[in-house]
Amino acid sequence: MSTLKGRNLISITDFSKEEYIEVLDIAEGFEQNPKQRILSDKVVATLFFEPSTRTRLSFESAANQLGARIIGFSDPGGTSVQKGESLHDTIVMVSSYADLIVMRNPKEGSSRYASEVATVPVINAGDGANQHPTQCMLDLYSIRKTQGTLDNLNIAVVGDLKYGRTVHSLVQAMCNFNATFHLVSPTELKLPSSVKMSIKDAGLKYYQYTDIRSIIPMADIIYMTRVQRERFPDPLEYERVKDSCILSADMLQGCKPNMRVLHPLPRVNEITTDVDKTPYAYYFRQAQNGVYVRQALMSAILGAK
Amino acid sequence: METKKELVVPAIENGTVIDHIPTESVYQVIHILGLENYNDEVIIGNHFQSGKLGRKGIIKIKNKHFTKEEVSKVALVAPFVTIITIQDYQVIEKFPTEIPDHIENFVKCANPKCITNAEAVPTKFDVVDKTNLKLRCHYCEKYTTKETIHFNL
Repeated sequence: MSTLKGRNLISITDFSKEEYIEVLDIAEGFEQNPKQRILSDKVVATLFFEPSTRTRLSFESAANQLGARIIGFSDPGGTSVQKGESLHDTIVMVSSYADLIVMRNPKEGSSRYASEVATVPVINAGDGANQHPTQCMLDLYSIRKTQGTLDNLNIAVVGDLKYGRTVHSLVQAMCNFNATFHLVSPTELKLPSSVKMSIKDAGLKYYQYTDIRSIIPMADIIYMTRVQRERFPDPLEYERVKDSCILSADMLQGCKPNMRVLHPLPRVNEITTDVDKTPYAYYFRQAQNGVYVRQALMSAILGAK
Repeated sequence: METKKELVVPAIENGTVIDHIPTESVYQVIHILGLENYNDEVIIGNHFQSGKLGRKGIIKIKNKHFTKEEVSKVALVAPFVTIITIQDYQVIEKFPTEIPDHIENFVKCANPKCITNAEAVPTKFDVVDKTNLKLRCHYCEKYTTKETIHFNL
């Protein structure tokens, strides 16, 4: 049985490198055989205090395929939360109804707090701009799936590197696997120095660029993110830089044959739709992989694997 | 001519002397230790000559002794302060303040979106840099620094 039984997953640093690998291995088994009703005696609570499409549906699909029952809400309207019930009280109550809590809440640190109050394990499905560890696990799964390994890769991350939580978690996780990082962003949206420090502390290298074209020939993975207009105090500045982080099919000539494009989705215009038809596009499969990874996490935490 | 050494602040018989306080931190120290509400003699002096600091503040609190934990709070605003315990006009103990490795309850998280600022959740921090004062919130994982620090008093 997994060492993850009874554990919480709140932050990407809660699991060791060996534990990530364990989850990815279990997820491979679910990709081969997704319908395993090994949680048919379990109840999973999905508490979404703010809207989410992919994450909630993917957790619920994963739980359903494992045979678990699902309770919860996709919007706090109509629940006692709207009557002013505290997060503390909601979590204490739900702990007595479910075997596992999956929670998204806009307040940063809310999942860590919920895990301290709950009597059952908690999986963080996003706490504001802080952490979204299951996204990171599915990114790792997708990287390993497409490259055959997580070790010694050239990882290019593109777009809003300052505010993008998925980028921060991915960079921190890939620091365990001897990656070389290529950081492409407008000057205003560079990776924060604290995350760059994690790369340096791991004894690894990073290179910074302002134009996506520079990294195409060397990347094994191009991880795209959205550059949001509202991040720029000066709209003219946004207009000046907005095209520097857009990827189109014609730019992919000369890329490595094993290169794959990832994106946490939703996409707006940062990957033009002509990329979708190329063999390099992997973002929709990446979203599908989220189901296997969440099956693996839930079954390991509930002691069924 | 003989130089007369004058005691600029009266001595206390029993209590605590907080010495070498940076001049700008004297009133913060008073606030942090809750001395506004202390019902015995408190002597406050500021901008005295100091070999170590150039100018310094000093606070003498009659009939009051502090735990190391209480005093460690002072270190957050005034890191090199000296705490002197007095009994019968004699110095019994003298020690510098030290910033602790962990801080609970006392500091507010500087991140307005942190759960600790939305619900009645006691704050917890790891001190990641004692020299430049950098605290990492146990919940939201964001940093509170010397520039953004506020206290739950």
